[in-house]
Amino acid sequence: MLQGIAFYLLATVAVVSGLLVVTARNPVHSVLWLILSFFSAAGLFVLLGAEFLAMLLVVVYVGAVAVLFLFVVMMLDVDFVRLREGYARYLPLAGIVAGVLLAEMIMVSITVVQGGAAKAAIGPVVATADATNIEAIGRVLYTDYVYFFQAAGIVLLIAMIGAIVLTLRHRPGVRRQDLAVQANRERAKAVEVKSVSTGQGVTPEELL
Amino acid sequence: MDAATSFWATPLGWTLATLGGILIVTVGILISLAFLLLADRKIWAGVQMRKGPNVVGPFGLLQSFADFFKFVLKEIVVPSGSDKVVFLAAPLITFVLAFIAWAVIPFAPGWVISDLNVGILYILAISSLGVYGIIMGGWASNSKYPFLGSLRSAAQMVSYEVSMGLVIINVILLAGTMNLTEIVTQQQGAFWNWNMFGGGAGTWPTIIVMIPMTVVFFISALAETNRPPFDLPEAESELVAGYQVEYSSTPYLLFMIGEYANIVFMCAMISLLFCGGWNPGLPQAWLDALPGWLEQAIYLVTFLAKIVFWFFMIALTKAFVPRYRYDQLMRLGWKIFLPTSLIAVVAVAAWRVFAVGA
Repeated sequence: MLQGIAFYLLATVAVVSGLLVVTARNPVHSVLWLILSFFSAAGLFVLLGAEFLAMLLVVVYVGAVAVLFLFVVMMLDVDFVRLREGYARYLPLAGIVAGVLLAEMIMVSITVVQGGAAKAAIGPVVATADATNIEAIGRVLYTDYVYFFQAAGIVLLIAMIGAIVLTLRHRPGVRRQDLAVQANRERAKAVEVKSVSTGQGVTPEELL
Repeated sequence: MDAATSFWATPLGWTLATLGGILIVTVGILISLAFLLLADRKIWAGVQMRKGPNVVGPFGLLQSFADFFKFVLKEIVVPSGSDKVVFLAAPLITFVLAFIAWAVIPFAPGWVISDLNVGILYILAISSLGVYGIIMGGWASNSKYPFLGSLRSAAQMVSYEVSMGLVIINVILLAGTMNLTEIVTQQQGAFWNWNMFGGGAGTWPTIIVMIPMTVVFFISALAETNRPPFDLPEAESELVAGYQVEYSSTPYLLFMIGEYANIVFMCAMISLLFCGGWNPGLPQAWLDALPGWLEQAIYLVTFLAKIVFWFFMIALTKAFVPRYRYDQLMRLGWKIFLPTSLIAVVAVAAWRVFAVGA
């Protein structure tokens, strides 16, 4: 019963905050609702006994991805009125996408209920005393699915390199600090003693 | 005995016991914070040859309580252009997150509120959320300096979380578990069993990696909690007080308590992961020979002493080290700590596979 209450509580929060992501007037509020939605989803994972995935969801999505969302959205100069204009225009397209997603999810659920998940059955592995689900995921990820795992890593690497290449600009004339040069500078290179005759002074040119 | 045991096993008894545990830990931390805060100021003053707070109570011991009442009794000023809900939610989030992380900290054998088997990941998850309090506070203030401060802080905390996570992976590789109680139990016995010194007989050669990693973790902890020399989010010479500029009274107090709770939490983490947690570093046989209550008391006192020791180190760092410039901070995080800790992970993992056997 307690699990049921927890499920409906978390699911309600997730769905409501998901709705508010779309309807919130302020984009920063949208991101904040999105974070709440992620967080409730993590709670649902915990209820399923998949605490490893739950923690990963929080660390990766809430802790890193959503921070960057927030970072970008806060710095945008958004015109709220113009942003709302497209709402009705894009509604049919969004409706179709949402409908397809919903249909897919219903089909998957029906298949799972009728036939069970794939017979060879990795299925959700609930934590037991001798095999935690970190171990279970690790064993599958680094044996059966190692090539997919590596491929996913390479995709992320390419994305990262792409982002760096797109944004990196070497501007000429920028002074950068080189700690090694600073630390290895010797007195002879930094200080020079000039003898100045009294009453004459020196001109800046002479100093150089 | 049996009746008592069965009562604590019922749902009601379990709930009461857990609530009691949460209450003890929370109140304990809050009261310790009052004195740690004073210690922080006293140490800082000592380094600069000042006296520090010495008026309220003997040796100024009650200073933090006087400050507390001053904060609470003042008026809460909310800037008119601010986003009021987010503005007030930000310090609450900081405060709550700083305290829920303590749920998985084992103070002595069995003295833990929730003994999760993903304890370390839980801590990483909670500490990665900590940045939200700061970003939200900075943004909701609707003011330049808080906003700049919060942007700096977001970048800084995300950067140092990466190297911190990699350092923690070293410990996980050594221990082979993410459960904090088990990690500490594996470090029992003489002090060379601590992870800082390579984790004992089987894995001692990793000492070459683990001592530098302890230092990296300590410095990352400073950056993660926005302590000097990495207190750029609140650099008072440039940003007045960073994201806290518009905060006053109780909301500011919540930010400050949250910040200090995080610092003490980091001290606890260093103790647990690298310095044997509750283990005093004596042969286990000696401790087992003592009566049970005394053994537990020694464990608890040892753990608290280690936390205080690391807090002392952090307080000294504040007094000694000048503030980093922003590009230097990023250079240290991304160009030095990240490669170093990545190489360390490769080294420990390789050593674990080829020398010890999986």
